[in-house]
Amino acid sequence: MHNILGLDYPTLWFLVIGAVFTGYAILDGFDLGAGALHLFFKKEESRRVALNAIGPVWDGNEVWLVIGGGALFAGFPEVYATMFSAFYIPFMLFLTVLIFRAIAIEFRSKEKMLWWRKTWDIIYSVSSILIAVLLGVVLGNVMQGIPIDKDFEYQGGFFNLLNPYAIITGITTLALFMMHGATYLIMKTENRLHTKLRLLAKNTSRFFVISYVTLTMATLIYLPQAAEKFRLHPYLFLLPLFTILTIINTRRLLEKGVYFKAFISSALTSALLLITVTVNLFPNIVLSTINPAYNITIYNGASSEKSLGIMLTIAAIGVPLVAAYTTFVFWTFRGKVKLDETSY
Amino acid sequence: MDVEILSRIQFAFTVSFHYIYPPLSIGLGVMLVLMEGAYLKTGDKIYETMTRFWIKVFALIFGIGVATGIVMEFEFGTNWATYSRYVGDIFGSALAAEGIFAFALESGFLGLLLFGWNRVTPKVHFFATIMVALGSMFSAIWIVVANSWQQTPSGFHLVGNGLKVRAEITDFWAMVFNPSSMDRLSHVLVGSLLAGSFLVLSVHAYYLLKNRYVELSKKAFKIALVVASVAGISQLLTGHNSAEGVSKNQPAKLAAFEGHYDSMKAADMFLLGYVDMNKQKAYGLKIPGGLSFLLHQNFTAPVKGLNAFAINDRPKPINAIFQTYHLMVIIGMTIIGLTLFSLFLWWRGKLFSYKWLMVVFSFSVILPQLANQLGWFSAEMGRQPWVVYGLLRTSDALSKAVKANQVIFSLVLFTFIYTLLFSLFIYLLNKKIHHGFEVDVVESIPEYSKRNIAILN
Ligand code: HDD
Ligand code: HEM
Ligand code: HEM
Repeated sequence: MHNILGLDYPTLWFLVIGAVFTGYAILDGFDLGAGALHLFFKKEESRRVALNAIGPVWDGNEVWLVIGGGALFAGFPEVYATMFSAFYIPFMLFLTVLIFRAIAIEFRSKEKMLWWRKTWDIIYSVSSILIAVLLGVVLGNVMQGIPIDKDFEYQGGFFNLLNPYAIITGITTLALFMMHGATYLIMKTENRLHTKLRLLAKNTSRFFVISYVTLTMATLIYLPQAAEKFRLHPYLFLLPLFTILTIINTRRLLEKGVYFKAFISSALTSALLLITVTVNLFPNIVLSTINPAYNITIYNGASSEKSLGIMLTIAAIGVPLVAAYTTFVFWTFRGKVKLDETSY
Repeated sequence: MDVEILSRIQFAFTVSFHYIYPPLSIGLGVMLVLMEGAYLKTGDKIYETMTRFWIKVFALIFGIGVATGIVMEFEFGTNWATYSRYVGDIFGSALAAEGIFAFALESGFLGLLLFGWNRVTPKVHFFATIMVALGSMFSAIWIVVANSWQQTPSGFHLVGNGLKVRAEITDFWAMVFNPSSMDRLSHVLVGSLLAGSFLVLSVHAYYLLKNRYVELSKKAFKIALVVASVAGISQLLTGHNSAEGVSKNQPAKLAAFEGHYDSMKAADMFLLGYVDMNKQKAYGLKIPGGLSFLLHQNFTAPVKGLNAFAINDRPKPINAIFQTYHLMVIIGMTIIGLTLFSLFLWWRGKLFSYKWLMVVFSFSVILPQLANQLGWFSAEMGRQPWVVYGLLRTSDALSKAVKANQVIFSLVLFTFIYTLLFSLFIYLLNKKIHHGFEVDVVESIPEYSKRNIAILN
């Protein structure tokens, strides 16, 4: 088998996909979080500022989800096929709220009527919340495993997917995004809205810490195999430790008023959480609750070496390009939001 | 109804709805580059106003295109799991390349395009416009390559057996340049140019009729007319190339296009007509032996007809395929006629002298839209019963884990959402057009012209 730096292609591609979804959680995480907080802002002006804080970038952030989907299809078609057909109904709901959110952002400021704006504000905020929760529910199920048979076909029903553990992951994801979104908005706003957000940041990080601790306990109860992994490799305990440290650090930096660093620190929290998930799964991607022999792993679920090699080349060309112009766009719109005639 | 037919309806519905928007964005992207380019070159404010207006329309179209595109991205996995396993090795790389090269480019720079006017220099803004236009073209490249591979697979081998057969890539470039991809890509891109330029033609023809923004509209109309004329003729050429390719690679599809059953006979080419599927014969206005001539330069050469294929290996709704295909061609000819005639009038200095012509143009936006939809319907229905031509049947491509009631649920859901989306889109577009351009450039209209339409001067 080919390898680069001692890692074979399926492992590398697993890491690439992990990185893409981490990028997604960090980037779309803050604008989903901003959406989830939207109804806390009462004045029209505040709402517009909050919306325009994500205005030029949210669409680019969402593309990471599309790239992630494509990367999964390309690298692990078995996983793509199994997961999306298994999660049929949740995914359709997910797509629905994704559509509603996109058009709410696009349409809300296109009319002056109060009812029009209020309606879209509610749709925007509720769909942001639901997206975060649904992503978390999927993540929770991925962590626990789902009933798939030897042909990797899903054997459960819709309600299998809505179990307590998945719901706790859903809420934790929401809390994470809200905290992250508040940190982002603090960086982009001034005056009263800014003050309000600092309070919100404090409360959402409390919310996150509580749900994170609950989730960790639930993991020990519901997922003995994960606990086992941690027992075998005790240094893995550094991951939750670092996670907690980044949260404390974010709070500290916010108090000091260095907002950009606080934002980076908050992004690290998301990254660490996803790294924890990735480490837990590896080398499996989809766990079968019927029989561990039916797990989809990075080997039995992967595309051919040839295909993975081509895609690694594509990624090696594409990712630096995307990183370069994403940075350029963020840099162009750096600083506090100022409303002008082109704003939403 | 079973899962197969429901999933097919759902796919056709969601992708057709998606395909209202991408051609508009791709075509409009090019129009924006031309308009903003004219502004940078001449410094004439009128072009800036024009560009700003069309960028707002672009944003509206783009937004819905993105929202509906994400549905498509995941639908292969949700409804066509077996297909996804079968083609993942090949199809996946095209889809991933699309995400990283195309979508990231357009969505990244779109922010600059919309909100960057006061933040970057005009040159950088122009650069962003070019990037967005390029990005939208790239997305067409990868997705059409993937689709063309399904039509004419190459650069792969089959591995595994039984349920686990799948296609694995052997030659990336042979996969990308499969026999139909470049013909179809050019046809799709030119079709998008037509969609975009006709939108601009329509809106400005409408303003001219209403006597609003006359000077600006004349300029915009001319830019769009040039694009539309070149594209119209190119569409005939690229379509012809496609037809030749189809005759070689998918003879059963070509036979369906022309309703040609009997292999032993010379094949006619129809301009208009219908297929009697019981009698296995097509009637209508035709060039006898026309198809034989196009393919073999001989009016009496026999062409493979549908009867040369087993009943299970050929598409069923022959009349529908015949009609969608011929309507597309008729629309193509109409477009060519309309644009050439207008060029002629322009040359005689009378482009804006006829009110009826502006009326025709203000409705003309529907032509390329229809042709684009019809073209896909004929190409995709003609591919049946195969999902991957000659290799994997549509009926075998489904998700085994998905039940009929789940698909009904999603189909109802999408029908509801898309109806809502489409109404909102039309409402906001209409509003945008009525609202028109920013006030500072509104030209003063002389009193008399309120009755005397200005374009008649
Ligand atoms: C790369 C893949 C791809 C691309 C770019 C397209 N399609 Fe397609 N299409 C499929 C992949 C596909 C498919 C997954 O292979 C389907 C689903 C079932 C089938 O037989 O083929 C299909 C079926 C399908 C059908 C139903 C045919 C039938 O069931 O009889 C229609 C009407 C369309 N498509 C229309 C379109 C339109 C309007 C497109 C323009 C955007 C388009 N397709 C692009
Ligand atoms: C079934 C096939 C298709 C799939 C899976 C698909 C997928 C997608 C996705 C995921 C998006 C949103 C990207 C984002 O987040 O920015 C999108 C938008 C887009 N797609 Fe498609 N697409 C399909 C067919 C097509 C075709 C045939 C074309 C062009 C000929 C096309 C051109 C575009 C363009 C230009 C956009 C940007 C949005 C817009 O301009 O409307 N797509 N598509
Ligand atoms: C002028 C005469 C035209 C001819 C001879 C022609 C020919 C063809 C042929 C043979 C195909 C099938 C290709 C295949 O299945 O591989 C096709 C498909 C298609 N046509 Fe046309 N066409 C014409 C006009 C147009 C126009 C005016 C438009 C739109 C503005 C259009 C849009 C399409 C689209 C979107 C497809 C499906 C994509 C594809 O398969 O390439 N066509 N056309």
